[in-house]
Amino acid sequence: MTDPLNPATSEDADLHDPAAPAVRLTGGTMVLGGRTVWREVDVTVGAGEFVAVLGPNGVGKSTLIKAILGMLPLTAGHLTVLGHPAGHANQHIGYLPQRRSFDPNLRIRGIDLVRLGLDGHRWGLPRPRWRPKAGEASGDRVTEMISLVGASEYAHRPIGQVSGGEQQRLLIAQALVQQPRLLLLDEPLDSLDLPNQASVAGLVADICQTGVAVMLVAHDVNPILSYLDRVIYLAHGGAVEGPPEDVITGETLSRLYDTPIEVLRTRDGRLVVVGQPEAPAHHHDRHP
Amino acid sequence: MIAAFGPPALSWNLSSDLHQLFQFRFMTNAFAAGTIVAVVAAPIGWFMVLRRQTFAGHTLAVVGFPGAAGAALIGISINDGYYAFCIIAALVIAAVPRARQGGYSEESAVIGTIQAFALACGFLFVTLYAGNLNGVNSLLFGNFLGITTGQILALAGFAVVGLAVLAAIGRPLLFASIDPDVAASRNVPTQALSVAFLVLLGVAAAETSQITGALLVFALLVLPAATTQTLTARPWRSLALAVVVALAVTWAGLAVSYFTPYPIGFWVTTIAFAAYVLAHLPRLAARARVHVRAGPTP
Repeated sequence: MTDPLNPATSEDADLHDPAAPAVRLTGGTMVLGGRTVWREVDVTVGAGEFVAVLGPNGVGKSTLIKAILGMLPLTAGHLTVLGHPAGHANQHIGYLPQRRSFDPNLRIRGIDLVRLGLDGHRWGLPRPRWRPKAGEASGDRVTEMISLVGASEYAHRPIGQVSGGEQQRLLIAQALVQQPRLLLLDEPLDSLDLPNQASVAGLVADICQTGVAVMLVAHDVNPILSYLDRVIYLAHGGAVEGPPEDVITGETLSRLYDTPIEVLRTRDGRLVVVGQPEAPAHHHDRHP
Repeated sequence: MIAAFGPPALSWNLSSDLHQLFQFRFMTNAFAAGTIVAVVAAPIGWFMVLRRQTFAGHTLAVVGFPGAAGAALIGISINDGYYAFCIIAALVIAAVPRARQGGYSEESAVIGTIQAFALACGFLFVTLYAGNLNGVNSLLFGNFLGITTGQILALAGFAVVGLAVLAAIGRPLLFASIDPDVAASRNVPTQALSVAFLVLLGVAAAETSQITGALLVFALLVLPAATTQTLTARPWRSLALAVVVALAVTWAGLAVSYFTPYPIGFWVTTIAFAAYVLAHLPRLAARARVHVRAGPTP
């Protein structure tokens, strides 16, 4: 019998085809509650690529991430993730949802949260820690990921009592601990101060260097701009995909949103998008 | 019952005290039942506190009251009434769509409605039954006299099944409780777990009601968990400690109420409350020290 929580374990062979794109969406259309969120969207994320998903609020960026996870079915179109139908290779995907911070009274340590990323889907109770089974490497993997993201100092404190940036690092460690081939990060830089934005962006770029494909939803492209391979700009009508310098231009965005948009480049290389249509008051994106 | 043998008297002789404590069948039965209930209530209550479902837990316990009163009215076993009503109410609460984070208002309102209706039904059943008022008191505030061997067997049966289920779903339930979105993305069946947990909570509430009464179940469902979650942030350690605290509280409560004229529900709750306050003292003291060091604020 196959493990119901890991439906793809028996098909691991195709998962290790390095040429298979991490995500291939063609003609994707999503209708939620009678409203078309996006239509005819094509997205390709190659293995090891760093891709940003951009666009105004309410345009369905989080919805796109959930579709890739198989949590929301496409209304139309074709989607494969790591060579499988969406939702069938999730054990190879690290996911960081759009966050809420944890309740300050939540008495669970950061390290426990990271460990759940490794084994939280398995039935049963954890083996008592004072008698680890011979050859068990999970403890090592957990501490290794925590030190990779630079969270060793506060991983033993209750998660609700560390700062937002520290929580975000621990959650990235949680997403990474299972050695995923695709990372889906939904606004990981939101609510962080500028130095933390820069350091988390650098951390994600380093992870990407190790061959993990990254899809990162962002509001502001600037903290990640220098690391990006490609960007996807989402709109209700469709999407534009390409290298940042081709996509984030007044001409392309004006065409996409059908409204005059200007892109200014500041002296230090930051991009400022002026005239971008702001959210229609739906916010389906935030509260699906 | 006690009066026939003279009131129990506490002495400095521990062995004579213990001999007095266990000389009657009803006391050994009470200890057996209390032990079973503590072992079930503490771990399930621990998850309830973690999942912020204490209101649901309280409602399930209150539902036990009409269950027991209704069973007495139609002349079946009171314990069957507890289990049946608590488990049915758990399924009703589970059918209410659970609002996502920050949006518990709908759930609370529905649960509150169920709670009010349950209490009203209980009152009606008691009135129809026209039984003695002592009976109502023990349904609401607990009683440890007259626990039968059959009742202990039922408690043990439900306890074994409940704990086995909890042990099977423990880790994914923890994952789904603190990190539902990520758990769902890893194919953890969060909805099914949530229903299963409410049924477990119904069983725990039904069992605890039989010792502490419907209104004081929190003594064993909430207080041990809230106490040990303060003491340690290691999840499995604090869960195990909660069982230890619940056992200590139950045994102490039974012993003290045997030697005093005051009821079991009061003692179990008071001792659990004392443990909770003690566990919070170090943190309160630390906060007070910070205040003193910072000097009086203008």
